[in-house]
Amino acid sequence: MLLIQCPYCQEDRPEIEFQGAGEAHIARPANIADISDAEFSEYFFIRDNTKGIVFERWRHTHGCGRFFNAVRNSISDKFIMTYKAGEPKPELTEEQIKAAAPISKKPAADKPEPSPSKAEKAK
Amino acid sequence: MSISSASAGANRIKNRGRLNRARTISFTWDGKSLNAYDGDTLASALLANGIHLTGRSFKYHRPRGILSAGPEEPNAIVDIARDTARRQPNVRATVQEVFDGMQANSQNRFPALIFDVGAVNDFFGPFIPAGFYYKTFMWPASFWKHVYEPFIRRAAGLGTAPTEADPDTYANRYAHCDVLVAGGGPAGIAAALAAARKGKSVILCDENADFGGHLRADIHAQIDGQPAMDWVASAVAELRSLDNATVLNRTTAFGYYTANMVALAERVTDHIADPDPELPRERLWQVRAGTVLIATGAIERHLVFHGNDRPAVMLASAAQMFANHFGVSIGKRVGVYTACDSAWQAAFDLHEAGSPIALIVDTRSEVPSQLLAKANDLGIAVKPGHKVTATSGRLRISSMTVEAENGHGKEKTPIDALIVSGGWTPSVHLFSQSRGRLKFDADNGRFLPDEVAENCICIGGCNGAMTLADALDDAANATGSKPANCEETGSMVGYQIGTSNGKTDSAFDKSFIDFQNDVTAKDIRLAVREGMLSIEHVKRYTTTGMATDQGKMSNMHGLAIAATELGREIPDIGLTTFRAPYTPVTFGTIINHAKGKLFDVTRTTPIHSWAQEHGAVFEDVGNWKRTWYFPKPGEDMQAAVNRECAATRNAAGIFDASTLGKIEVVGPDAVKFMELMYTNPWQKLAVGRCRYGIMLREDGFIYDDGVVGRLAEDRFHVTTTTGGAPRVLNHMEDYLQTEFPDWKVWLTSTSEQWAVIAVQGPKAREIIEPFVEDIDLDDMPHMSIREGRFCGVRTRLMRVSFTGELGFEINVPANYGRSVWEKIWERGEPLGLTPYGTEAMHVLRAEKGFIIVGQDTDGTVTPDDANLSWAIGKKKTDFVGIRGLKRIDLVAEGRRQLVGLKTLDPREVLEEGAQIVEDPHQPIPMKMIGFVTSSYWSENCGRSIALALIENGRAQMGEKLHVPMANGAIAVEVCETVFIDPDGSKLNG
Repeated sequence: MLLIQCPYCQEDRPEIEFQGAGEAHIARPANIADISDAEFSEYFFIRDNTKGIVFERWRHTHGCGRFFNAVRNSISDKFIMTYKAGEPKPELTEEQIKAAAPISKKPAADKPEPSPSKAEKAK
Repeated sequence: MSISSASAGANRIKNRGRLNRARTISFTWDGKSLNAYDGDTLASALLANGIHLTGRSFKYHRPRGILSAGPEEPNAIVDIARDTARRQPNVRATVQEVFDGMQANSQNRFPALIFDVGAVNDFFGPFIPAGFYYKTFMWPASFWKHVYEPFIRRAAGLGTAPTEADPDTYANRYAHCDVLVAGGGPAGIAAALAAARKGKSVILCDENADFGGHLRADIHAQIDGQPAMDWVASAVAELRSLDNATVLNRTTAFGYYTANMVALAERVTDHIADPDPELPRERLWQVRAGTVLIATGAIERHLVFHGNDRPAVMLASAAQMFANHFGVSIGKRVGVYTACDSAWQAAFDLHEAGSPIALIVDTRSEVPSQLLAKANDLGIAVKPGHKVTATSGRLRISSMTVEAENGHGKEKTPIDALIVSGGWTPSVHLFSQSRGRLKFDADNGRFLPDEVAENCICIGGCNGAMTLADALDDAANATGSKPANCEETGSMVGYQIGTSNGKTDSAFDKSFIDFQNDVTAKDIRLAVREGMLSIEHVKRYTTTGMATDQGKMSNMHGLAIAATELGREIPDIGLTTFRAPYTPVTFGTIINHAKGKLFDVTRTTPIHSWAQEHGAVFEDVGNWKRTWYFPKPGEDMQAAVNRECAATRNAAGIFDASTLGKIEVVGPDAVKFMELMYTNPWQKLAVGRCRYGIMLREDGFIYDDGVVGRLAEDRFHVTTTTGGAPRVLNHMEDYLQTEFPDWKVWLTSTSEQWAVIAVQGPKAREIIEPFVEDIDLDDMPHMSIREGRFCGVRTRLMRVSFTGELGFEINVPANYGRSVWEKIWERGEPLGLTPYGTEAMHVLRAEKGFIIVGQDTDGTVTPDDANLSWAIGKKKTDFVGIRGLKRIDLVAEGRRQLVGLKTLDPREVLEEGAQIVEDPHQPIPMKMIGFVTSSYWSENCGRSIALALIENGRAQMGEKLHVPMANGAIAVEVCETVFIDPDGSKLNG
């Protein structure tokens, strides 16, 4: 179970106190009524879904109730930092990224020969 | 030494073992009464009584005995009962402690353990190869349901599940510590002690009753100048005396989760004859540790050769444990077959304890000289560089056939037990669960911990330590302390993985790898030949390692054989994933308190008890218990609902609406915030007036609705759907905190502060009038709100209606809910006031075409679809959903629109969810143009009514459509959604 630091409570608290709230740093356009379909699609539907470093929103629902942002490696599940809503997207140092990286995978096994394609079989 | 004739079994060794023999306890095995000592496991007690045969194997029903002395046991899987309700199948006899009165039974046999008809499978073994089920039960498809599946289900599984509810209680505990030590062998104990002495908070757990790990099987080792087990006893005593240390025996660390969260299962009473009923049977510990020291040791492997599964074939370390810890002899003429040094010491111990060793066979031609010398001293025959190629004996081994590496000198040796060792497999389960990376140690044929993913350190046997000194060094390094001094005789050097008697593909070869799932070496080879190239596929095709023992003994053998067959290196084909739990954990432990009433929260209103006293039937709405209807004697649900609906329209009804979500929106920017969150305009809503509000998501679909009252310029009383309150508040908080953090608005959930009593119907005003103070009811038009007093208590009185009748919703502080309700009831009953429940409420609102969000909408319905365009502020420049509403698909023609439906036969009530088509005679699949969202019998209309979402519904008024059902299509006519009082004259009465 994840241990998440609430930047408002300044405490590491267990995951069950929190709710995830999707990708962070997506601001609602001030002129939302006037934006194009493409802009609305970009704002509302399109998400990066990064494998690796993600900037995401959490709410300390069963604690202080505040929304905040977090940087996490989605492979290792390790948090790099959490910070208050409204604070700028942080620049990450190499050390921070490295510290949250998953351990390297074991050398990949030799792949079996790919089976012949349907077209080849048809011949 | 000689075998004593002690009363707890004929095979007790005199002056050996650590059990207290002062008192015997009795238990039954397959109905026969036997004796044991305190501290015996079922396995040691059975062996003491000369019983090796404990079960029949899963697939071939071969006789099987006790193979190990620990949690890795794949064979001796039994059924343990205390009474009829307290019975657990598939218990490992090697970890179950005997208690007075315990009933143990063998499994997977019929009619009896020594004669089992299922054993014919053994003769048909050549016809039941790997993948048998996949290949055989393929066609015809129609055979699946009635032939194949019942057959497989009957054949599957070992034990039988208990039929009675589990009467025991289970507990749950959270703990935090600086250091969690998983495993109480020498490394774990030394590390726990060192950490605790430095003032760290420490939890030490071990799955066994006694600490010491493999030291329990050892009678030679010395630590800090004293016998090792004395050192263990004093170290554990010291730890128990320290306030900063928690010592848990009979506690298995079974799961390693993210951020050093480790789950432990503590077995509290399973070993006690007469447990204190106050005690839980088991306790789940969820430990969050600063550092986890994984000291889980190593597990000895068997050797893979033809006939390696006969009863009385046993791991060498297990035989040593039975002799030295339990004082039990496993045989009178014991053979030894090993690839590892440690079995030699086991042999010497057995020999000296009255179990003469017939012959030591070692697969290695080079054996350490001191072992050969010791064997010579004891007069034990040895055959290095030899192998066992066959065994005999039906219910117990009676001989082994030995030949030289080159196949020469074949010789049969009579024995009554055979101890084996293929070396040791480090128990990297927890480490691997923590996502740590393993590396292959080719010199010793094993996987070892490599890079860590969590803050953990592996020490001792699981880290590859092969001697006691190595283990103690690991513990010292991990804790920054000085290692304890030790002297010992054993080492774990030497190994064999894969088959040890060469490659035989004889159809009758029975070289078992996985005993519990009856997988042989040739099954693995067959799987590879049939195209399983990945070890994950081999595992699933053969089921090796998939039994409840999770392949603790078998995995390395399976891997080695697959690698050989594929012509590749072991690290190349990888290891299957280790998953929690390490050993089986009861469902009771996992769910602990979360059962029955504690399974989930139950929310009840302040008026719940009154409803109960008046015979209400309840329905679950989210976590709420809501009154469904109030049947009178002899009434069924429909009759009660008919009566409640009619009474409400003809006189008055009283309804508990306390579950409505309520949010107080307050602050200088409150109205601006309401403008943002709801589609409606709020600026001009006068203080004291109410408005029906619609909340959208940003995509333009309806999210929630409810009546909002304006109490002051800067204060709104917002109501939400019953189930929607938490998510609506979350949605509001999200915008307030993250998009408009500067706005001065405060949101407070008041759902549970107010009890809400709805009084609806023509007599509503007459009924409530005498109770109202400080409010002029004559100055309360429909959709208004006033603050004042009701029955002397503070109220927010709303004139609103979800029935279409003249109606009031009386908000009073929750604590007064029931007494206010009773006062209204007392006055109203003689006037015809009738309590009604949620079913009547649903019918009454449907008669008026009022939607229920989540029933008539499904997250893809816009306000226009639901005929609610009027609720959108046309002049507004922003609200959540304003842009979404303009999306192409949301303004396109042909959207489904909410309409009413009348069945041509007025007595026919449609099914909610039923699909609607234009032409019921079109070919299947028909084009479905919509579906029924609400449908009821309406006593007030004298017919059935329904609401439906239908493509272009509003343009089809009066059209005839069809609802195809299993026994024919039902004809319906499209109509308006309002079935009663379309001009609303009743409302404003």
